[in-house]
Amino acid sequence: MSLGPHLLLALLEGTVQAFVLALTALGLSLVFGVMRVVNVAHGTFFMLGAVVAWFCANLVGDHPTLGFLLALALSPIVVGSIAALCDVLVLRPLKHDPEATIVATIGLLYILEQGTLMTFGPDARPVEPPIQFRLLFPWFGYAGYKLVVVGASALLLLLVWVALKKMRIGLVMRATQFDSETAQNFGVPVERVYTGVFALGAMLAAIAGVLVVPVQQAHYLMGQDPLLLSFIVVIIGGLGSLRGTLAAAFVIGLSDGVISVFFSPTLAKILATLAVALVLVFRPQGLFGARQA
Amino acid sequence: MKLLSTSGLAREFGGIKAVDGVNFTLEQGEIRAIIGPNGAGKSTFVSLVCGRIGPSAGSIEFEGRDITTMPPWRRVGLGIVYTFQITSIFKNLSCFDNVALAVQSKLLREHGLRGLHHRRLRESTMSTLELVGLHPLSHTHAGTLAYGHQRLLEVAMGLALSPKLLIMDEPTQGLADSEIVEFCRLTRSIAESATVLLIEHNMSVVMELADRITVMNAGSVLAEGTPQEIRRNADVQAAYLGA
Amino acid sequence: MTRDNTKPLLLLHVGLLLGLFLLQFVLPAYHHTNMTRIMLLAAYATGYNILVGYTGLLSLGHAMFFAAGLYGAGMAAQYIGLNPAAALLLGIMCGAGLALAAGLVALRTAGVSFMIVTLMFAQASYLLILYFNDYTRGDEGILLSESSRRLDLGWATLDFVQPTVRYNLALLVFAACLLGLLALLRSPLGRVLVAIRENPERAKLLGYDIFRYKLMALCISGAMAGSAGACFALMFGYVGATYASIQYSILVLLWVLLGGVGTAIGPLVGTVLMFYLVETASDYTSSYNLFVGLFLVLLVLFFPRGIVGWLRDRAVPWLP
Repeated sequence: MSLGPHLLLALLEGTVQAFVLALTALGLSLVFGVMRVVNVAHGTFFMLGAVVAWFCANLVGDHPTLGFLLALALSPIVVGSIAALCDVLVLRPLKHDPEATIVATIGLLYILEQGTLMTFGPDARPVEPPIQFRLLFPWFGYAGYKLVVVGASALLLLLVWVALKKMRIGLVMRATQFDSETAQNFGVPVERVYTGVFALGAMLAAIAGVLVVPVQQAHYLMGQDPLLLSFIVVIIGGLGSLRGTLAAAFVIGLSDGVISVFFSPTLAKILATLAVALVLVFRPQGLFGARQA
Repeated sequence: MKLLSTSGLAREFGGIKAVDGVNFTLEQGEIRAIIGPNGAGKSTFVSLVCGRIGPSAGSIEFEGRDITTMPPWRRVGLGIVYTFQITSIFKNLSCFDNVALAVQSKLLREHGLRGLHHRRLRESTMSTLELVGLHPLSHTHAGTLAYGHQRLLEVAMGLALSPKLLIMDEPTQGLADSEIVEFCRLTRSIAESATVLLIEHNMSVVMELADRITVMNAGSVLAEGTPQEIRRNADVQAAYLGA
Repeated sequence: MTRDNTKPLLLLHVGLLLGLFLLQFVLPAYHHTNMTRIMLLAAYATGYNILVGYTGLLSLGHAMFFAAGLYGAGMAAQYIGLNPAAALLLGIMCGAGLALAAGLVALRTAGVSFMIVTLMFAQASYLLILYFNDYTRGDEGILLSESSRRLDLGWATLDFVQPTVRYNLALLVFAACLLGLLALLRSPLGRVLVAIRENPERAKLLGYDIFRYKLMALCISGAMAGSAGACFALMFGYVGATYASIQYSILVLLWVLLGGVGTAIGPLVGTVLMFYLVETASDYTSSYNLFVGLFLVLLVLFFPRGIVGWLRDRAVPWLP
């Protein structure tokens, strides 16, 4: 394949990557934005979403579409509940202290990953996509399901955006983010909002996992790359800036896709990792966040 | 001799002009008090002078040298010393260690590593503690001290740095009357070798200690003069003194 | 940090080292080798504690300094035939050097940002090791030949493969780190580091360039980690990328947390306990990392002072 089509393929892959990443990173960004804590276990919620999807597919047997729909309903509930439990049992007693939370969520990461290893096993297991069709380009065939991924992610992103901007729930979250003490004085149950937001972040990651698992495979370590990429997106986009997160997700998703295809995935990861560090050092507000006084 | 001068010094916090174009001069050897209502910008102003925060505009000169962009730890080296409004001692360390940290800093600057000879360090620390009367408490944890003693420790740390300009931010706040008398005596003896810049709300302390008074209001200098002149100043009376 | 408790302090720490020395004569071979490893890892942890416990800088990327020593010494011994003593020195310099380079950038941040930046730098180092597979043999690692680990002193040969040599050298390294820490704590430098941990703004306004001091602490810490890594390479003959992975950065945090952040002997206590716990757990399950996670969460929630820290609070206030 010559350069042109290769680039097209890379861009297509990058677009899918970008949408899924936007969904995952959005979860991380909301948690940081409202709760001011970094959740290192975020990738495991993504992974758990995919694992639940596998269980659903297995349960239903020969009906991948049914399995997919079941997973879309079940994954968020299961993973959201796990996340809520983590917040209530671990993060609340720590009073959401930023440094302690990072250490604790590292512990949670280990627990969740190893727990999955013990129940699900070390192998990567495939999940059938709900629909199988191929888009035939003149140079290559492309899995049509990936378009479904893009569509579903876009829809969900829109829904979340609407909820945050227009509905009361969004107002409550923004009030808590802006000034939790005042919000509390106005009767906003801050602790419960935190748990809700934490669960919401996990659910978004879980859905991303469900969407992606027919393309990748379910594996107990599959949350590590999405975690790193989400980190990059949130930090470069500006911690707490939703618009920045979305913009950065597209930039990162596309470039990661392209670099991985044309160079090596390891190099892409090295560049991404260094980018996070350097942005944090030299431009801590990211590219879109507001500079704090 | 002009020790300190600021020119058009300003600092904004998200649209609010905490300090708005202040031109200020301080002569060597004087005791100057800055007074003004809450929110006048007094603390912000001295924080700009000692380097805790950076200016939005304007410049600062110390002993003829532009220090506007100099980091705070270098300004200490020049002799600008700040004691905090809300006591900022090392609560988990002993009084001795608190003052020793200040003494160390000075000795390191003056004599390099040789200055850190531990007997010299010890003697210097103890004599500073004696100056403020805290030497019997030298091995006590600073966090367990009575409030008045914590303020004294704060002053001791400032003294240990051999300041040329000692900035004290509301030093008598929360002190008992007898402690205030003691504080005035201490300040007068400090002023024999250093210039003192004082933010104070306690008018009797101000009237007793200050050679000159600067009155600030809403980020700028409202009036400046001797205590008598300020007492008689109508604007000041209207804005602040109310007497 | 007053001078009154010099006697009990010396007694405790020198006694501990003496005890470790005598231990080698009673330990069966398996535990003998374990203790060698543990002492080196405890040296690594002691260096980390200087950063976390005494300067207040929570780094999540310390494994890169251990790896710097590991690879520096290992590759030099294997590829250019450097003798073990020189390789060890080189390893220490690599650890300190990387700490200097990383610190110049990372120390411009603090708190949560610092944690993330150090994590990212460590991860990038790990990936770079994998990327330059041709030299580092990546995940597979380099096996050092036995001849490269022999030091010819003229009047004797010091064989780094030999258990006795290994144990005593590891003890020496650990002792150097422990005694170095104690000396540091009583020194003016140590006082400044604690001041930076307690109240950095006050330290700045006392005339301290805290950036420079943090950098010093990081370099000392990196040197200790590098020495442990170099010894690991020379004694056990294996240089592999796993030692640079996040796992080793998190493990050292766990050891120090468990033993007691900001205590001198805490790191040793934590390393010994966790080492044997993981050993025992891995006999039963391959998911022994579950315990790492559990311990981290439980420690942070219920026991953040660690074992020696708790002891110090309850009974022995003069423990450094």
